[in-house]
Amino acid sequence: MKLKDAAHLFRLAGVFAAGILIFILVRSYLVPKSFGQYGHFRGDALTEIKAQPISYAGHQACEACHSDVLDLKSKGKHAQVNCEACHGPLAKHADDPGGVTPEKLDTAKLCVRCHEANSAKPKKFPQVASMEHSGGLACNECHTPHSPAIVTEGGKK
Amino acid sequence: MPTDGFMYPNEIELQWSVLIVLYPFLTGLVAGAFILASLERVFRVEAVKPTYRLALLTALAFLLVAPLPLQLHLGHPERSFEMYLTPHRSSAMAMFGFVYLWYLMAVLVLEIWLDYRRDIVVLSQTTTGIKRLLYRVLTLGSSNISENALAIDNRVGWVITVIGIPSAFLLHGYVGFIFGSIKANPWWSTPLMPVVFLFSAMVSGIAAVLLLYMLLNRLRKQPSDIRCVDTVAKYLFYMFIIDFSLEMVDLIHRIYESDESFRSLDFMVHTRLFLSQVVIQILLGTVLPIVLLALTQVARLSEIARKRIYVFAGCLTLIGIFAMRWNVVIGGQLFSKSFLGYTTYKMGFATKEGLLPAIVLTVLPLFILWVLVKVLPPWSEKETAPVSAAVAAN
Ligand code: HEC
Ligand code: HEC
Ligand code: HEC
Ligand code: HEC
Repeated sequence: MKLKDAAHLFRLAGVFAAGILIFILVRSYLVPKSFGQYGHFRGDALTEIKAQPISYAGHQACEACHSDVLDLKSKGKHAQVNCEACHGPLAKHADDPGGVTPEKLDTAKLCVRCHEANSAKPKKFPQVASMEHSGGLACNECHTPHSPAIVTEGGKK
Repeated sequence: MPTDGFMYPNEIELQWSVLIVLYPFLTGLVAGAFILASLERVFRVEAVKPTYRLALLTALAFLLVAPLPLQLHLGHPERSFEMYLTPHRSSAMAMFGFVYLWYLMAVLVLEIWLDYRRDIVVLSQTTTGIKRLLYRVLTLGSSNISENALAIDNRVGWVITVIGIPSAFLLHGYVGFIFGSIKANPWWSTPLMPVVFLFSAMVSGIAAVLLLYMLLNRLRKQPSDIRCVDTVAKYLFYMFIIDFSLEMVDLIHRIYESDESFRSLDFMVHTRLFLSQVVIQILLGTVLPIVLLALTQVARLSEIARKRIYVFAGCLTLIGIFAMRWNVVIGGQLFSKSFLGYTTYKMGFATKEGLLPAIVLTVLPLFILWVLVKVLPPWSEKETAPVSAAVAAN
């Protein structure tokens, strides 16, 4: 066995070595500098996320100016539902109520997001098959969004 | 009825679609075909020699397509490459990427190159035009096909096959591992899973190569070597027995253990999975082909009859193994973790993970194989006659 007869294998090894080298170069170029700074992720991601504008103000922010709604809501079953779960992110409005007016909500779409009947939901959660229940009418034709219970003949429901 | 009983919200729609069924099916064919090839190389089963190269090319064709179903499943396929750049050691899928790469580059491509080197060199001298250029590149600029050089190739090839066998086991064992290690799902979570996957992979790979060998010979109007076909069928039979026993061990174990999931799974097998599991996978896809293959082993049948049985049993086998993958992947998502509810799988057609891409991805490897067979003919007679002439001249 002579080395000359294995020359093609050395060439092959060369091709592989070149491939690995290219991979290492490409890798050093593509992997972000801050990768691994704190863990298995890009360290800069933290500062980038921190720099993003806040879009939700939180329940407490609304309470100060809309105490009427708060009073109403805290008496009904929606007491635990956050304002912005229905009204959407309103941090800009909370900062500048005169300049930014919240959009009107379409209850025919909004309420079914949580209340459409679905066998995966716990049985005790109030749910309706909206087509049968309201036949396309907006839900706030009958329900008050902030305190949705409807008093029927049998007493308060 | 789409769902009945109690499902958790995240269980109603299946996350893993028909493409995730296809993926272990394709990798299984790769591993199986390679093991068949290694029979000749390492275990020196001379009779299966005519299928050796075909098995390698089949493995390569299917291996190239195997990751595509996963890519289609991803929301951001372009990011999958990052698992090579910044792999996470605790991610089974990331490690699988390396197993895949290792198997593709260090085992299959190398072994095929070494085995075909003589042909490539000869072809680079006898062809013209663009083909010549292709073969020239493939020679890596070395046309040394002296006896010594070929002897070295042979020895290195042997070593690679020896490394290749555990690699093929690893490749497919890993696919089983990914399911078997999901401890939240009692349908999947069993240490037997990698082993069962492995043996079913060998069964499907051997059946596929057997069918392809007979089909290609028919297309070339050449007789299939009956001794080879018989031997391959015999190994298919043995593998099938082992595979079937393992699946039965798993089943008996589950029945005896009867853990808290058992009633739910048992109900599922008798209702939603009855057709695909009991009828297609077990009766048509396992018992029937085993009986047919056993028949060819004990009864004295004519050559024609044997070949027909092989083709029939081979097709049933592939259908059965596909059904097995289906029942594992889809079956494992049909029941609720509450064990009180069941859902159904709605397969799309021309959607990203629908039936159409699944069909395309099943046909694609055959097309790649056709190209590979054109570029690197696996048979040594007529088409590559110049090879033997050139070697004789050497
Ligand atoms: C600094 C006081 C202030 C804060 C904080 C505030 N709002 Fe307002 N909000 C107002 C004022 C003022 C109006 C305008 C009243 C008007 O024009 O009748 C208003 C109007 C609204 C309207 C009705 C718009 C309409 O069409 O009539 C909604 C809905 C609303 N706010 C929701 C919220 C929610 C939800 C929050 C908490 C994220 C919030 N607001 C926080 C002062 C505030
Ligand atoms: C269940 C969903 C829901 C929740 C929770 C909710 N709202 Fe509303 N809110 C509505 C709907 C629906 C309307 C009426 C449609 C419209 O005019 O936009 C409305 C109207 C309003 C209005 C307009 C005037 C009025 O009183 O009808 C204000 C102000 C308001 N909401 C503030 C709040 C605040 C503050 C909270 C949190 C304390 C809150 N909402 C929580 C659904 C909700
Ligand atoms: C963010 C999810 C959410 C949205 C949107 C929502 N709800 Fe509710 N709703 C709840 C929750 C939570 C409860 C309380 C369930 C409980 O306590 O069992 C509730 C309770 C109710 C009840 C039962 C009241 C009772 O006393 O039994 C009614 C009626 C109702 N909502 C109507 C509505 C209507 C109308 C809308 C649209 C304006 C709406 N909901 C929008 C979450 C939502
Ligand atoms: C035509 C008037 C009407 C409309 C419109 C209407 N509801 Fe109701 N809804 C009622 C009445 C009345 C009740 C209470 C009596 C009952 O329990 O059936 C009720 C009860 C409910 C309940 C409580 C059910 C329970 O099991 O406790 C929910 C949730 C509800 N509605 C949601 C909606 C949603 C969501 C919409 C909009 C798609 C809607 N409703 C529109 C009249 C209406």
